[in-house]
Amino acid sequence: MRPEASLPPVVPQAGHFGDEASRQDAAHLGMWIFIASEVMLFTALFTAYAFYRYAYPDAFHQGRLHMEVGLGTLNTYVLVTSSILVALAISAVRAGRDLRAGGLLLGALALGVVFLFIKGAEYTQHAHDGALPGAWYDFEAFSMPGASLFFTLYWVMTGVHAVHVLVGMGVLSTLAVRALSGHFSVAYHTPLELGGMYWHLVDIVWLFLWPLLYLA
Amino acid sequence: MSFEVAEPAMPREHYLNARRGAWSWLTTHDHKRIGVMFLVALLCTFLLGGMFALALRLELLTPGETVMGRLAYNRAFTLHGVIMVWLFLIPSIPTTFGNFLLPLMIGARDVAFPRLNLASFYLFVVGAVMTVWAILEGGVDTGWTFYTPYSTATGTDVLPVLMGVFVVGFSTILSGLNFITTVHTMRAPGMGWMRLPLFVWAIYGTSIIQVLATPVLGMVLLLVALERVVGVGLFDPARGGDPLLYQHLFWFYSHPAVYIMILPGMGVISEAVSAFCRKNPISYRVLVWSTVGIAFVGFLTWGHHMFVSGQSVLGAGTFSILSMLVAIFTALKIFTWTSTMYRGSIWMCTPFTYVLGFIFLLFFGGMSGVAVAVTSADLHWHDTYFVVAHFHFIMVGASLMAFLAGLHYWFPKMFGRCYPEGLGVGTAVLIIFGFITTFLPQFLLGNMGMPRRYADYPEHFQPLHVASTAGASLLGFGFLIIAAYLGWSLRHGRVAGRNPWGSRGYEWHSDSPPPEANFHEPPVFPYRPHDYSRPDLQPEVGHAA
Repeated sequence: MRPEASLPPVVPQAGHFGDEASRQDAAHLGMWIFIASEVMLFTALFTAYAFYRYAYPDAFHQGRLHMEVGLGTLNTYVLVTSSILVALAISAVRAGRDLRAGGLLLGALALGVVFLFIKGAEYTQHAHDGALPGAWYDFEAFSMPGASLFFTLYWVMTGVHAVHVLVGMGVLSTLAVRALSGHFSVAYHTPLELGGMYWHLVDIVWLFLWPLLYLA
Repeated sequence: MSFEVAEPAMPREHYLNARRGAWSWLTTHDHKRIGVMFLVALLCTFLLGGMFALALRLELLTPGETVMGRLAYNRAFTLHGVIMVWLFLIPSIPTTFGNFLLPLMIGARDVAFPRLNLASFYLFVVGAVMTVWAILEGGVDTGWTFYTPYSTATGTDVLPVLMGVFVVGFSTILSGLNFITTVHTMRAPGMGWMRLPLFVWAIYGTSIIQVLATPVLGMVLLLVALERVVGVGLFDPARGGDPLLYQHLFWFYSHPAVYIMILPGMGVISEAVSAFCRKNPISYRVLVWSTVGIAFVGFLTWGHHMFVSGQSVLGAGTFSILSMLVAIFTALKIFTWTSTMYRGSIWMCTPFTYVLGFIFLLFFGGMSGVAVAVTSADLHWHDTYFVVAHFHFIMVGASLMAFLAGLHYWFPKMFGRCYPEGLGVGTAVLIIFGFITTFLPQFLLGNMGMPRRYADYPEHFQPLHVASTAGASLLGFGFLIIAAYLGWSLRHGRVAGRNPWGSRGYEWHSDSPPPEANFHEPPVFPYRPHDYSRPDLQPEVGHAA
């Protein structure tokens, strides 16, 4: 390495973050990394899905015939709508309308409850049919090789997703309370943006689960 | 010409005494204190894992039953493996030196998310306690890889261990997330990417692997847990599942995990080689890009663990070639370090002794890695002591050498005192000698056909097993000496002063030990990292000489 006389010196700054903008940058970057990590979590499940779909093409093709396509599609609309409400809440805060933002967040939260309710109805139906995961699989109408694996993956994938919905609802309710009590402002609403990103992730994962399990 | 060098004084206020009491430690957000707490926790796990290693070697001293039965032996090697891999090697350098030094090296006040950093520590402690308790209580005998279908069928209590490792995985992800964000957003103004110290690059590459690979492990552990609780059957051939899928998902994490262990070590070595040869790295860029290369290619080599598990010839061949690519990047590093040493002003102190040990073990272990990456040769060596010796050389030996090099190099930085240098070098030689004596015979044993995970063996293997056990005892003895003199030095060591090594590393611009805010006044880093070519910019004279 050649010595460079004109090299500008590096001078650390005194505070933790230079200013609010770099603070927000850090928070957003951290959230993106977390989301990347979550994507890899689901990637393991999607890999398992691809692996067994390749091994049992017939069972995975017929599996969807035993799904409640109507309820699954309805749930897709519910979740996408709730994501839109969160996005609207963020723009409401940016416009300085905290109450409106809080209301929108509560609306998104309610749609999360609707989603889980519909999911629960589906689970009940499958349990009634005996389409339970693994050892408890006892669904006479669909008993070819690989059939139980299809339903096992269905339960595991939607189950892990439902846990994320629950966590997301916890986040949304905290954010709603904070928005209603005026914690956010035009200048400061980073937590709302981060929570929104997480909720969109939950939404997007479902947008992949829906075609794989109900349509394909 | 001689100078009267005044004996350096301990800084009056530093991060260790700025606040007092146990509570101030347990609730601290200071990255330096969190690094020290991680160090203490990891030394405990290392002690535990090491004790079980010695127990294993004792059992293998004679053929037949020596000190424990077969089930106890299976449990002991599981405990040794799980603790050493997940509770020591993976977090070892990033959580201790990474935490302590990364902000100092980039001129920051702290990591980007100090509270999250503390959360990582507590998650680690909770996960570690769960894991250790579960192994001792439930007596898991699966080995550290939890291969299905054995792990789903064994009568021992696997579930809590899986959950413990799962929680530790969370801690790993959060630490990685924190470090990546810190490097991106907290660099001091003027510090471009090509002015980052090499250790920071290494931690950065490691963090990316941690964030992207660990969740896959988390999910696969969860699936094994579900398999045990509700019998989901995803890995159970009786229900149409395939155990091979487990191996694919497991090694997708656990092979890159090897680079989680070794990359930070390579970062430490890059720092130490320049510091103790008083010379700029021959090529900073080669060291940076080979780090990035290893982090990337490391994701694409997992299949080489499954050459005998049932894999297409094309798949095995592809994984074989990709695995050899890692050796090329590693060789680039070794050539860069050794050519940096060439005509350098070498200071044979303790950290540098470990550097030499590191390079030897990495080279030898790496070459044996290329050997087992050849599919035809691997058929002979698979699941023998050859593989055990290979991964102990490269992932244990090399990581451990780097850890010890870092521990000695930065001990004065962390605690403000020097350790007895002569004793340090002597112990380093003992440790390196002990390590080679332990594992070199295992290469020979493996080549002769000694399978791994067996408590018993035919009599003609005994001389090599005795040699291996003797080496392990030397190692254990060496670690006791290190513990003794470092413990003594904490209180009674000579005061180090700001920069006892005369190093050009940015972290030495701060006091040793650093103040709570890292720097009293904003310092100026007037040269590139590891730049020893500008004597006019020399900030401090080394006192340790």
